[in-house]
Amino acid sequence: MTYAIETDQLRKAFGDNVAVRGLTLQVAHGEVFGFLGPNGAGKTTSLKMLLGLVAPTSGSATLLGAPLGDRAVRAEIGFLPEHFRFHDWLTAQEFLTLHGRLYRMDASRLRGRISELLDLVGLAPFRDKRLRTFSKGMLQRIGLAQALLNNPRLVFLDEPTSGLDPVGRRLVRDIIHGLRERGTTVFLNSHLLSEVEVTCDRVAFIKHGEVLRVSDLKVLAAGATGVTLRVRGMTPETLVGLSRWGQEPRIDGDRVSLSIRDEAALPALTRYLVGQNVDVYGIAAQRLSLEDLFIQIVGTDGGL
Amino acid sequence: MAAFVIARLTFLEAVRRRIVLAAALLGLAFLILYATGFYFAQRDIAPIAPEGPGLGMLYRSGLVSGFTIMGLYAVNFLAIAMAVLATADTLSGEIGSGTIQALVSKPLRRSEIVLGKWLGLAELLGLYLLLMAGGAMLIAYLLSGYVVPNAFIGLGLIYLEVLLVMTVTLACSSTLSTLATGGVALGLFGLAFLGGWVEQFGALAHSQTAINLGIISSLIMPSEAIWHRASYEMTPALARSMGIDMAGPFITTSVPSLLMVAYRFLFLIAMLVFVVHRFSHRDL
Repeated sequence: MTYAIETDQLRKAFGDNVAVRGLTLQVAHGEVFGFLGPNGAGKTTSLKMLLGLVAPTSGSATLLGAPLGDRAVRAEIGFLPEHFRFHDWLTAQEFLTLHGRLYRMDASRLRGRISELLDLVGLAPFRDKRLRTFSKGMLQRIGLAQALLNNPRLVFLDEPTSGLDPVGRRLVRDIIHGLRERGTTVFLNSHLLSEVEVTCDRVAFIKHGEVLRVSDLKVLAAGATGVTLRVRGMTPETLVGLSRWGQEPRIDGDRVSLSIRDEAALPALTRYLVGQNVDVYGIAAQRLSLEDLFIQIVGTDGGL
Repeated sequence: MAAFVIARLTFLEAVRRRIVLAAALLGLAFLILYATGFYFAQRDIAPIAPEGPGLGMLYRSGLVSGFTIMGLYAVNFLAIAMAVLATADTLSGEIGSGTIQALVSKPLRRSEIVLGKWLGLAELLGLYLLLMAGGAMLIAYLLSGYVVPNAFIGLGLIYLEVLLVMTVTLACSSTLSTLATGGVALGLFGLAFLGGWVEQFGALAHSQTAINLGIISSLIMPSEAIWHRASYEMTPALARSMGIDMAGPFITTSVPSLLMVAYRFLFLIAMLVFVVHRFSHRDL
């Protein structure tokens, strides 16, 4: 199976400073994929490597099946950079025309597409205003329109809702939903977990430039429960056997944690452990939000 | 081709950020001042010119050609300052602010961005030079009927010099910050300027060491030496033979060879290749 994005041990070091240690992940076609991690986890550098802005020190990656840097593939990609600044002496219309030309779109198709997108992001009345006069939220909107000009098959959004008010955030969410319906793959880098929770199919948690875990958010939305067990006498085979009830069982000393789909699975799970001669000293179950999961996986040190 | 889109963007930026307007207004002020100076110098020199039709004419033509070359030297200097100022921010500024990211992730080569910027700046500086040098030559013609010899060759050489300074600035701008770029580019220009004049005075004083120093400096940064060739081309043979005393200090005595002109051309190409390579391989 080919993936929209596939990376293998992608690494970037700036001198002694390792920004991304070894990123390995797969994003399927048509997926809305969230990229989460504390500040300085290497998210933006990872994104820059995928987009050809920064050359990886080692490792490899493919986008839409082609190796990094393939220009034909870049014509099918949209990108909204973080803290982006665009040429603010251009008008909204000129700005989109410039980027459309760089996508090699022909003039008549570009004209139609620009009107469509200005309507979509609510900037049609401002098409002849210079970007210098735009508010932060309006710039974010025009940046988003820029990323969608070419009807991309794969879109990278780096913090698309930063600087947006609730109305703007709702707009971005709706746009992402629209992209999903069209089968576009979206790679979303965001700090706003509540945003990610409602828009993404799967998320990767990264820290120090490594993927700690990839989680399916459908499980979370269906009421995933985090279970922590205090046990003795756990064998690796028994641990693997726990996967029958929940995802990603992990052991840390005498603590076993996993997330289960439904609380109703707890009695059967306990019977299984007892049957395997595991001594159970305690069971704690808790509904998980994405924020809980984030803290649980990434830790509270903020990646420092 | 994407390079032309970038070239247009670069030109448009200069217009929108009022660089063109500022340069045009200052250029116009320069031309007015120059015309006024030319007019009065010519009027006031007439009574003190030596007697007799032959010598008087000689004196006059020396003055007129000297004054014209002086004007063109000022134009040359302004065009170079313009080349540094308009170019210093062009890559470093876009890298610093991040505007480059949305460009580079599009389906184009990075070399097309560099070439586009080069073309846009070359167009801008060409127009500026044409306006200024053309204006100075026109003033000389209207006020005295003097036609600059080899005007096109001379202008072409000055343009080559301006392009060279612009390309060196672009090279700095692909690596250094805007401020450092301006500093280094002007510093190199200063070095070439000084070296050029050391060579000229060396030639007057018959000092081979001074001439060699000048040649070495123009190998490091060949901008000034081009001016000396250009001024040589644009000076009438008669004025050249009169030397520095009558025709003023802007007339060239040590003439850089055609080989040096070829060297400059290769220098420019090498610089351009360097910028493309540097910009294509750096992290943004």
